[in-house]
Amino acid sequence: MADPMKIRAQMKGDICDIKILMSHPMETGQRKDSDGKVVPAHFIQSLSVDLNGKTVISGQTGTSISRNPVFGFKVKGAKAGDKVTVNWLDNKGDKRTDEATVS
Amino acid sequence: MDLIRRNVLRSAGTGGALAAMLAAGILKPTAVLAAEWNKNAFEAKDSAGAVKALGAANAGDNKDLSMTAPEIAENGAVVPIEVVSKIPGTTSISILVDKNPFPLSASFDFAEGGVPEVAVRLKLSQTSLVKAIAKTADGKFYTVQKEVKVTVGGCGG
Repeated sequence: MADPMKIRAQMKGDICDIKILMSHPMETGQRKDSDGKVVPAHFIQSLSVDLNGKTVISGQTGTSISRNPVFGFKVKGAKAGDKVTVNWLDNKGDKRTDEATVS
Repeated sequence: MDLIRRNVLRSAGTGGALAAMLAAGILKPTAVLAAEWNKNAFEAKDSAGAVKALGAANAGDNKDLSMTAPEIAENGAVVPIEVVSKIPGTTSISILVDKNPFPLSASFDFAEGGVPEVAVRLKLSQTSLVKAIAKTADGKFYTVQKEVKVTVGGCGG
C-alpha cells in the first residue's frame, strides 16, 4: 500500500482550490537500474476527485507525470466543511483513497 | 396497434433494467470512468498518433485556452505546467509532450463543478513542444503549445 496522499482544499472566494500530492514512484519503464536491467513501468493511470461523493474531475495519466505527482485543481460550488475525496489507481492495480475537508 | 404497444413496453423494460443495475452498484459511473484508460492514446509513440487517438486532429487555436510553462527547465524531471481553459463548455483537457517516448501525459475530464484548469508536473526527456488540447461539450477541439527548453533530461537519470 502506498503512502497517504496529502490533500489541501481551501476556499478562495467562491472557488475551492485543491492541491494533491501523491506518493508514487511513477517509473516510466524506460529507466535502467545499476545492473542495466530495465525497471518495469509502474505509474498511476487514473485518478478522480470527488466533492461530497460526486466526481467532479477525473483524469488519466501516462508515464510523463513526475515522480510523487502534484496536481492542482479548482472546483466550484464547494463550501467550508465539504468533503473532498481523491482516488488513484496504477498500472499494477495498486490504489489509494484519501479524504480532506474543505477549509 | 399492438405492435407499437409491445415495443414501448420492451424499451421501458430495458431502461428499467439499466436503472436497476445502476442502483445495485453493478454499473458504478465512477468505476466505469476509471477503467477506461485510453491505451491507444497513451501508448502512441508520436505526438500525431496520440492526437489522432484522442480524435483531436483538427484542433484549432483559441485565445481563451492558455498554458503556463517555464521557458527553460533546469530539471527535466519536474516541469510545472498549468493549463487554463476559459472556453465555455470545456469538458476535457489533455496535455502532450511532443518528444517524450509516449507523448500523451495526462487527460482530465471535468464534470459539473470542476473548473477546467489544471496544474501538473511533467517529465521532459529533452527540449520539446508541450501541447494542451481542450475539448468542448459540442465536440470541438482547441489547442495551444509552448516550447520548453530542458538542460537536464527527465529520463534515464
